[in-house]
Amino acid sequence: MGNYRVPAKFLFSHILKCKILEPSAITKNTIEIGSKYSPDFVCTPFKYTLGTLIEDLDNGADTVVQFGGGCRYGYYFELQEQILRDLEYNFQYINLVTEGRTDIKKIYKDLKSIDKKFNPIKALYYLLITKNIVKYMDTVDDYIRHNIGFSDFKRMQKLNSKMLYEFETAKGYFDVKRIYKKYFEKIKAIPVNKPDNCLKVGIIGELYTIMEPFANYFLEDELAKHNIEITRFTNAHYLLFEKHKKIKQYLKNTPQITYTMGADASDNIGRTLEMCKEGYDGIIHIKSTFCTPEIGAMPIINQICKEYKVPIIFFSFDANTSETGIKTRLEAFYDMLEMRKKL
Amino acid sequence: MNCYLGVDIGSISTKGVVIDENKRIIASCYLWTEGNPTEAVKKVVKNLKEQIPETYTLKGIGTTGSARKLIGLLLDANVVKNEITAHAIGTMTIHPDVRTILEIGGQDSKIILIENGIITDYAMNTLCAAGTGAFLSSQAKRLGIPIEEFGDIALSSNNPTKIAARCTVFAESDLVHKLQVGYPKKDIIAGLCKSIVLNYLNNVGKGKKIVGPIVFQGGVSKNIGVVKYFKEVLKEDVIVDENGHLMGAYGVAILSHKTATDKVYSWDIANIKFETKGMECNECSNNCELLRIYKDNVLIETTGSKCGKE
Repeated sequence: MGNYRVPAKFLFSHILKCKILEPSAITKNTIEIGSKYSPDFVCTPFKYTLGTLIEDLDNGADTVVQFGGGCRYGYYFELQEQILRDLEYNFQYINLVTEGRTDIKKIYKDLKSIDKKFNPIKALYYLLITKNIVKYMDTVDDYIRHNIGFSDFKRMQKLNSKMLYEFETAKGYFDVKRIYKKYFEKIKAIPVNKPDNCLKVGIIGELYTIMEPFANYFLEDELAKHNIEITRFTNAHYLLFEKHKKIKQYLKNTPQITYTMGADASDNIGRTLEMCKEGYDGIIHIKSTFCTPEIGAMPIINQICKEYKVPIIFFSFDANTSETGIKTRLEAFYDMLEMRKKL
Repeated sequence: MNCYLGVDIGSISTKGVVIDENKRIIASCYLWTEGNPTEAVKKVVKNLKEQIPETYTLKGIGTTGSARKLIGLLLDANVVKNEITAHAIGTMTIHPDVRTILEIGGQDSKIILIENGIITDYAMNTLCAAGTGAFLSSQAKRLGIPIEEFGDIALSSNNPTKIAARCTVFAESDLVHKLQVGYPKKDIIAGLCKSIVLNYLNNVGKGKKIVGPIVFQGGVSKNIGVVKYFKEVLKEDVIVDENGHLMGAYGVAILSHKTATDKVYSWDIANIKFETKGMECNECSNNCELLRIYKDNVLIETTGSKCGKE
């Protein structure tokens, strides 16, 4: 998903003595084979991940690691394992989250079975570094997203991918920090020509479709072309390390929600209210088709936006979505925001 | 004197409008796209040129509709705009107090809500063609009645037959069933017109507050049966403009006027050799379908590539 293969590869290549296959980038082929073997009405990330798994197994992987939870995502693993076994693939499956919870003993046993010399202390050290890589990646990513419409974004993206490349071969804790500082300063040095009253748009929605550019038809790039400042709240660092704190805050500050609704649905409602109060010009909500938690959140989000008169647009992405329809509606959304701003 | 051209290339029909400095329509043209947008546009432009006195100079060109990008390249347009914005701009110029625009075209239908001269909300049909012009014309063929007579026949019925309106396929089988059990044709036609209205309001207008003044546009607005049922269901007056089908082209002509420069455009596009070549790129597993556009044998644009390759 996105560029997160970099920290994942970093972690596993240091704690396990085995060859780590980098998952191939998601392409049309991925979603085609994924859809072929998935139930038609399953949420779209299932199709993408299954497609990726098949591609990787075809490339010679014999062990796959997956984790997830929060919604139907927590059950992907069991179903995908069955589908793959029916297709007569032979592999070992390591699930870091089983039946909705993380069983450390089980993970230890699984990892030990791959590599007899597996050392939990060493693993902990590299986990810490990986956490930092994710944090640095997301910080840089947020900065780029914020300014992408107003500067030489090709140069920014080039520096970003160079940084990711160096992360892969980083020596340790301080090396990672050094690489991050070096490239972030270079990226910050690129002049940004942003007017004070530019359009501000927030992107919320279901996590996979938001974070994998292929799954949302490179929507952010499309927006950037129109000189819009983009804020996106969900990234891996948020999901792994901030969510549990932030969600309590959202529940407290948002009268519309009392309980968490699964996945990021409640977070998105909380963010909508925050953005409406902060004076964002518009909100874009994206999700994969059949994503149940987000479907539950949409009417509430819509209601909040109506009250605060903030325009919102909803996009649903599936393997069969027409790209033209999305572009037309997005263009009209941008025109609408611009007309409002001018008056 | 200066004039500005707006072209709206839809799935079924191609519309062209020429306006003068005062936003008055001085020439218009409407004909079928027939699956060939470039040929249709060449015909439209030729037709418009003949309607306009020689004293006018063309200072701007705008394109909209589903073939807007392709035709924008062909005409070297200074504005290429999506049909939602174009329709809203055009309609607001003629009806400054409009609050709701209903539009039903050949392949798509949309609703645009306006407050104080700004678009506040809009929606387009995203999944299904039920309740669009294409559905009506295919049913007209089934019934053996010219689509132009549909409205008059619908008005002659006092008792429209109920037709399941959710989906084109279901509506069609329901219609066949009603025919086979012997309902009169005029009641069925009236029912069809009503089903278009209900389908539109349930799918496209879902959850939107429709306030007057309401303007109804698109090819289907020429069907007085559909207009009647819109009035009946919404309990509001529905304005149908004589030029309603031209609003997209008109809107984009106005936008082209706004951003016009000193450049003078030529009317002679009939001789431009405009070619498109489709191919599949097999360099990665995306297998993008590339479309290369050539103008006078020079490659001017490639569309469809995910990596930016030309």
